[in-house]
Amino acid sequence: MTDRGVSSAIPSPPAQAGGLGASVPPRRRGRYSLLSRRDKLTLALMAGIPTLMVVVFILLPTAASIVLSFSTWNGIGGFDRIKWVGLKNYSDLFTLYKPFWPAVSHNLIWLGFFLLVATPLGMFLAVLLDKNIRGTRFYQGALYMPVVLSLALVGFIWQLIYAPEQGLLNNLLGRAEQGNQISWLGNPDINLWAILVEAGWRQVGYVMILYLAGLKGVDPGLREAASIDGAGEIQTFFRVVFPVMRPINIVILVITVIESLRAFDLVFITNKGINGLELLSTLVTNNIIGETSRIGFGSAIAVVLLLVSVGPIIFYLLRSLREEPQ
Amino acid sequence: MSALVAPRASVAVAKRAGRRRGRRFALHAFLIFMSVLWLLPLLWAAYTSLRPYADTAQDPRGYVSFGGAYNLDNYLNAWNQGELPKYFLNTVIILVPAVILVLFLASMMAFTVSRYSWRFNVGLLMLFTAANLLPPQVIITPLFRIFLALPLPSFLSDNGFFYDQYIGITTIHVAFQLGFCTFVLSNYMKTLPKELNEAAIVDGAGVFTTYWRVILPLTRPALAALATLQVTWIYNDFFWALILMNTPDKYPITSALNNLQGQYFTNNNLIAAGSIIVAIPTLVVFFVLQKQFVSGLTLGSTKG
Repeated sequence: MTDRGVSSAIPSPPAQAGGLGASVPPRRRGRYSLLSRRDKLTLALMAGIPTLMVVVFILLPTAASIVLSFSTWNGIGGFDRIKWVGLKNYSDLFTLYKPFWPAVSHNLIWLGFFLLVATPLGMFLAVLLDKNIRGTRFYQGALYMPVVLSLALVGFIWQLIYAPEQGLLNNLLGRAEQGNQISWLGNPDINLWAILVEAGWRQVGYVMILYLAGLKGVDPGLREAASIDGAGEIQTFFRVVFPVMRPINIVILVITVIESLRAFDLVFITNKGINGLELLSTLVTNNIIGETSRIGFGSAIAVVLLLVSVGPIIFYLLRSLREEPQ
Repeated sequence: MSALVAPRASVAVAKRAGRRRGRRFALHAFLIFMSVLWLLPLLWAAYTSLRPYADTAQDPRGYVSFGGAYNLDNYLNAWNQGELPKYFLNTVIILVPAVILVLFLASMMAFTVSRYSWRFNVGLLMLFTAANLLPPQVIITPLFRIFLALPLPSFLSDNGFFYDQYIGITTIHVAFQLGFCTFVLSNYMKTLPKELNEAAIVDGAGVFTTYWRVILPLTRPALAALATLQVTWIYNDFFWALILMNTPDKYPITSALNNLQGQYFTNNNLIAAGSIIVAIPTLVVFFVLQKQFVSGLTLGSTKG
């Protein structure tokens, strides 16, 4: 990272646009003088505007979520109406708020399903399709088509399959007449699984595409060497290819975790996240929209979501920036 | 002797070939099964959308049947009843400036962090990437208040704020996607030879000229891939407008799906036709811009 670009030192960071030009030279090194004051100002603006946007619209709200989670505020009236209540929102959340623990367990089931079923299936299909077989373009296309659709639309399309009376599934099973129907999306014992099938439909193709790209980058010589040594296909994959794919495996792991924490659209379009489909993300949303906007309480749920997301995010950042090619 | 050995060997060869053929057959059978299974929901929607309501729901024939009329009436009805043109226009108003702005800002950011050495390069890049990985629900509560508090001049917003405005949705898309685009573009720009900057300076070019005339044109493949990806993602976004827009008439098409559900009642034929119409722009991406879309995705995961 350090020796890229022309001048190897520009003393002032872009974020401190105010103190640029004048207060520059604590450490002079390299060909710093190649940049005129005007150039430095330009660079500060080029980096400053995007940084300002990320700070104001993403990082500031993240911090504010944490601060507001210690307060009660219904959002009406000014900031002086905010009352500080310490950890009360959290204790209410963990003990009194009924949908909280179901939401946590649904998020965990979601994550488990992705980690154990959807992601491995996507990887497996990628391995099969990586060989030069006839019709591979058709297979790839069919499996990856759902990836371009929005999750909201996926939820919409699958209603045609799950609808109790008019849906494909009940009609095929002979359970479409009144009184004998299976309510795939309405029954809280099964609707999460029905939704997970929808989510998996899209996730499998996504993982397959990423993994295929990674497999293309594996040196074919490695595989040849393994097969000369007498390794079978399965052995070659687990002993040679999979370890070589480590960076991609990590990306896919992180994507899997993040996507399961972000899950929202499918559930919201189905029933707004109630009745067996509670998720942390829908609890946040349902606490701030509508008449009873409970901003402090909603923020506390958001902070829980933040805390579980921060782990995989930091893990990913450390990995990807440590492995930075020099 | 050799006459005896030869047939036995060829039997073994034939057996191995047979086994290989068997395996290939199993492989294709599995892949065809998966492909059909994966295409089924869309094919089912397409099939249902072509049939009149009377032939399916009200008729003993039901949805799983053949015969009867096939026409495009459902598409016309979905288009008009659902007021789809209005929502498509909203999407265009939000999407076009968002994609242009995010690529412009992210490429400038990527240019400064990848072509020059700042003390805070790594830190900034980390913050940007982290910001993009957060679940949107983490920031939505305060963001909602910020959108109601930050003033905007009247030529940009007819109520003076970000809330319930196209520009508000555009802004949050840009801010949220900046992290990913900067990450991808800076990885791409790092692969360009650094002598390019030196040559530009020798020619007397300033920083902005170097960016605009030298580096940006060379980044075109990555920009094309990212543009495809961003068009798809922003088109597909459901969440931001749902919370940050108050007037359902201003919803982009994907967020409007929720309203359509009510307007189509439980007429699955209309829902099917509406779904296909809404899917068409992204299916165009799938069929026409597949290369760009996939390379955008993989640029983000394999670091160029």
